[in-house]
Amino acid sequence: MAEQQASKPTPQRSNTRVIGWCVASVIGMFAFGFAMVPLYDVFCDITGINGKTSGRYESTERTAADMTRTIKVQFLAQNGPGMPWVFRPVERSVEVHPGEATTVNFYAENPTDKDMVGQAVPSLSPSEGTLYFHKTECFCFNQQPLSAGENTHMPLVFIVDQDLPSHITKLTLSYTLYDQGEPQAAVTSTTNTTIIDNG
Amino acid sequence: MSAVAGTHAQDHHHGPARGISRWLLTTNHKDIGSMYLIFSFTMFLLGGTMAMVIRAELFQPGLQIVQPEFFNQMTTMHGLIMVFGAVMPAFVGLANWMVPLMIGAPDMALPRMNNWSFWLLPCAFLILVSTLFMEGGAPNFGWTFYAPLSTTYGPPSTTFFIFAIHIMGVSSIMGAINVIATVLNMRAPGMTLMKMPMFVWTWLITAFLLIAVMPVLAGVVTMMLMDINFGTSFFNAAGGGDPVLFQHVFWFFGHPEVYIMILPAFGAISHIIPAFSRKKLFGYASMVYAVGAIALLSFLVWAHHMFTVGVPVAGQLFFMYATLLIAVPTGVKVFNWVATMFRGSLTFEAPMLFAIAFVILFTIGGFSGLMLAIAPADFQYHDTYFVVAHFHYVLVPGAIFGIFASAYFWLPKWTGHMYDETLAKTHFWLSFVGMNLAFFPMHFLGLAGMPRRIPDYALQFADFNMVSSVGAFMFGATQLLFLLIVVKCVKGGEKAAAKPWDGAEGLEWTLPSPAPYHTFSTPPEVK
Repeated sequence: MAEQQASKPTPQRSNTRVIGWCVASVIGMFAFGFAMVPLYDVFCDITGINGKTSGRYESTERTAADMTRTIKVQFLAQNGPGMPWVFRPVERSVEVHPGEATTVNFYAENPTDKDMVGQAVPSLSPSEGTLYFHKTECFCFNQQPLSAGENTHMPLVFIVDQDLPSHITKLTLSYTLYDQGEPQAAVTSTTNTTIIDNG
Repeated sequence: MSAVAGTHAQDHHHGPARGISRWLLTTNHKDIGSMYLIFSFTMFLLGGTMAMVIRAELFQPGLQIVQPEFFNQMTTMHGLIMVFGAVMPAFVGLANWMVPLMIGAPDMALPRMNNWSFWLLPCAFLILVSTLFMEGGAPNFGWTFYAPLSTTYGPPSTTFFIFAIHIMGVSSIMGAINVIATVLNMRAPGMTLMKMPMFVWTWLITAFLLIAVMPVLAGVVTMMLMDINFGTSFFNAAGGGDPVLFQHVFWFFGHPEVYIMILPAFGAISHIIPAFSRKKLFGYASMVYAVGAIALLSFLVWAHHMFTVGVPVAGQLFFMYATLLIAVPTGVKVFNWVATMFRGSLTFEAPMLFAIAFVILFTIGGFSGLMLAIAPADFQYHDTYFVVAHFHYVLVPGAIFGIFASAYFWLPKWTGHMYDETLAKTHFWLSFVGMNLAFFPMHFLGLAGMPRRIPDYALQFADFNMVSSVGAFMFGATQLLFLLIVVKCVKGGEKAAAKPWDGAEGLEWTLPSPAPYHTFSTPPEVK
């Protein structure tokens, strides 16, 4: 701190230097604000907080199911704002053993007279269990198009990890289905419709 | 002192220009400081009027005066105007006036930018206030503008609100750069960093906080803008975004922001208490380090605003302990102020009254902050009037009493006249009683479960709300007295000596009162 005094360049030059540093910090912090978006996703992915389940699970060496434990997995399905589809789990809940792969189905129907695309967003509770809930196949990995009046059964294949903390005996998986608009427009503008509907 | 005064005689183009261009084009730190202070007081009255509307509606249960939609606009605009329009510009105004005088500099380092950063503010607030008259009304989502309330469900005027935030952010950042450049480059010879007055120290650290977090605020409102108008999904779950992310980014700005609003007051109080105790400030170095520690810790505690959104236990513990840790440097500061007064030769002029009230009442606000920091208990207090009581206790007798104390302390230097001490003491006592009547019952209301930002309430809350409203009206009306005192003091009054307070120390008191238009054209020597 003392050398600030000792070697003092002309005020004009040191002002320019201070402005330079400050402007650089301002730009850096502005960028940091945006960097928080991917950082947050990565952080949630690693820690499993916020109930964000991760993407497709590649099964590893451990395949033997732990028959001594039974975990109850419950399913919830709800529609996002303005979404007219019928959307519900075929089974409300299943009992599984950690390590075994289980398939369940969700039913979706487009009762309107337009072709539509839906996107399901998962959330797991308690969030502590998120890291131990693996999906090997899920309709939520892709958008789901349904033409007018069409219905479908959408599969979910999941494995509850053997390392699930012993105090957790029940997991609840909730899906919210969002309207993604018309099939061709769906890829480019994913959110416009929901916003306009509720603006 | 006479040597300093003598240097002005050689200055050929001294004295301000005439007419409106003096104010539009001025690069003089005293003019700009005065404009900041006048602007801030105007906004204080405007935001205060909105608070009166809120308290009038809450005077009785049921809906009397305004509709819930308008009530929400009032709470939002009251918060935004008080934070960004009243408190922050007041401190920038004080910095403009006092930092050059305290470090022996002729002006701020970047005078033209100084002018620009001031004149952006009226533009920003013109835009913000104009949203009240737009179709769909003003922003109604609370000053914290959480997504998706402010994105998916916000009124059409939200885009104007975002633009206003951008402009005032640019203004704050330029003000901060100016303070940093001035303090680092323009100190009088001999004034090392550890000889700087406390107000200069606290402002230097505040300026660093501003540089660090205002861009993050600009970033978060930019993301909102893109979500609303350009179809991105930063905060929209349907497109893969996350509303909780908004709260993380917002509070990463928001928590340092609350220290931005209090640190300069800490600095001013550290001048006023020694002056009226006729003793040196106790523990100068520890004061400097305490402010630095508070500033650093302020970046590590943001999630304590978000315990109820679902933070893992480890996270709750971390943010809880980090928050509780802030009480240590704050405690050091309170201890030092009390130790400064201990065995001092105290007199109780208006600045000292405000300063003592600051120490006591800010500490109460700090303690309720500690209660809120305790994660398991916070679930009970969250979004209740207890939170409202807490932050009004740190902001009203904290930031605002700090500003009043500074204003009375330096008014003789600014105007050359003494203010009316009797009126000033009346202003203090009415403010003190009114403020406590208004905000203390809110603690009880919050603990009993009254939610914030709701225009109606259950019958059992009626009595405390009535007391609170009466106190608020009293506090609000009293501020007109402050206006009267300042106008009276500007127009005339007893001539102020160069150093009207015998215990006061610092370079600003070596100048005549009122401080000449140009000061320290030749830097003073600091030993």
